[in-house]
Amino acid sequence: MFIARFLVCFAALIVLPVGAEQSGPGLGVKASETMIENWSLDIFADGEGLPAGQGNAVAGKQVYQQYCLLCHGVKGGGGSAEELAGAEHNLIDNPPDKTIGTYWPYPTTIFDFVSRSMPLSAPGSLSNNEIYAVTAYLLYLNDIISETAVINAVSLPQVQMPNRLGFISTFH
Amino acid sequence: MSADLEKPVAGGGLLDRRLFLKKGLSFSVAALTVDSASAADWQQARSPWMNEPGEPFSNYGRPSSHERKTIRWVMANSMAPGNGVSWTPLHDLEGMMTPNGLHFERHHNGVPKIDPKQHHLLIHGLVDNALVFSVDALLRYPMTSFLGFIECGGNSNAGWREQPIQTQAGYFHGMASCSEWTGVPLSILLDEAKTKSGAQWVIAEGADASVMNVSIPLDKILDDCLIALYQNGERIRPENGYPLRLIVPGWEGVTHVKWLRRLRLTDKPVMARNETAKYTELLPSGKARQFSFVMEAKSLITNPSFGHQLAQPGLYQISGLAWSGRGKIVKVEVSADGGETWAEAALQEPVLAKCFTRFRIPWRWRGGMAVLKSRATDETGYLQPERETLIEQRGRHGYFHYNAVVSWAVSETGEISHVYR
Repeated sequence: MFIARFLVCFAALIVLPVGAEQSGPGLGVKASETMIENWSLDIFADGEGLPAGQGNAVAGKQVYQQYCLLCHGVKGGGGSAEELAGAEHNLIDNPPDKTIGTYWPYPTTIFDFVSRSMPLSAPGSLSNNEIYAVTAYLLYLNDIISETAVINAVSLPQVQMPNRLGFISTFH
Repeated sequence: MSADLEKPVAGGGLLDRRLFLKKGLSFSVAALTVDSASAADWQQARSPWMNEPGEPFSNYGRPSSHERKTIRWVMANSMAPGNGVSWTPLHDLEGMMTPNGLHFERHHNGVPKIDPKQHHLLIHGLVDNALVFSVDALLRYPMTSFLGFIECGGNSNAGWREQPIQTQAGYFHGMASCSEWTGVPLSILLDEAKTKSGAQWVIAEGADASVMNVSIPLDKILDDCLIALYQNGERIRPENGYPLRLIVPGWEGVTHVKWLRRLRLTDKPVMARNETAKYTELLPSGKARQFSFVMEAKSLITNPSFGHQLAQPGLYQISGLAWSGRGKIVKVEVSADGGETWAEAALQEPVLAKCFTRFRIPWRWRGGMAVLKSRATDETGYLQPERETLIEQRGRHGYFHYNAVVSWAVSETGEISHVYR
């Protein structure tokens, strides 16, 4: 009796594909670790996801001038694209200046966004060292780090952003 | 009865919303007669197109060549033409659904040319089974439809300006459109992947050149979100997310990730650019609202509106749209005297939650100046605010989530302009 029940359960395990007891047809295919790793671009505020590599603002200036300056302007302002640095007003002025330095709460967001989306003409083309360097340059332009500070997976999440506590979640 | 219906129900000539229902369009004024001296071709027995065979069939229909002005208005960065928006011409449309070719667009780096055979959806992170779905596999899943709006969080942002913008209603408020979205409830796919305890957020990511990402609370994903494959009955157009997009009913457009390729379940949001630097609303205090997902109740009169011209005094139908990300619209009131008095408009059925609702009310314009406004109330009791009230609460630098009452001024000669009160 016990053996018979065991056999029935065992047979069910073999016959039924993943998800067969659920509301869908169970057509999802197990994702390989390699695929998940390749596709996981997310860089979290605590640094999870940051790759190996490093850079500083001196090197980042070269990257910026080659790939970013045309749209974002000299020193992160005055271009056709979003103002990144050089705020002349704070957040309670009229109008306010919402730059990385005055507004962005997390330094990791720069890496996450640049690595996935920038430069517009060739997204995904920058090396991790170039992304760390241009991230350092943008933090330097906003007077948040020094020109020679090394930015990498350990140091980037530790950078204190001026507006870190400037957000109120309205979702409960 | 009909005499009662023709009595104004509010200032400025607003009439009972039941007038057209009871009387059709038989106005009590003398019928206009055709001037026989200018008897035109159309008075002949057969119009020219009745004298020859018409055009043959077409594989995919297009609007009349006489309607070519009904287009999306494109505003993009000249340095990066794939980075910008195009607006739904709400001022040229009626009913509640948006034609697919006129649904608004917001792209961060162009429309990707996706081969559906090469496109896959990955669900991973805090799940027991990390799974990949092909598009063909998703097409075999049980589907459901959501009739509803998508509105960009930045819609109507010109309303924050000091001076009222003078542009057509659609090119001011048309980053909102309404469709029937059909696809697979995400609860089914997450049931298959088996969510782990501790999962609270889902990071959604698109397969465009911007690889746009945004974090969405898991509870919402499980509640009513869809992987949409169809829009108004046909496969989703490339500019709206082909082959599949996320639908997040009632929430700001940026969460409805197009060209969706990845959902990662996590215990924390990723803090992407589009949930920190953008799509957050700076308040007068210097603090900013974050994760302000829900699009709150809004309405506007689309006809008449800026750019329309009232031909002569007489009976008109005021028509507009109302919607709320919190649920159904229960009431739309219209004023023709700048908000001194209000009358309730008729709501076109069906009235659906998180969906455009068409409202209409008859109005007799006597040729004088008037200010037309509408205000919506949703089923939670939320009343669309006047602009002054919204600015009192939020200041003028939030950019996103502008939903104040819209006012159109009618001049003595029947021209319509945008005013703030």
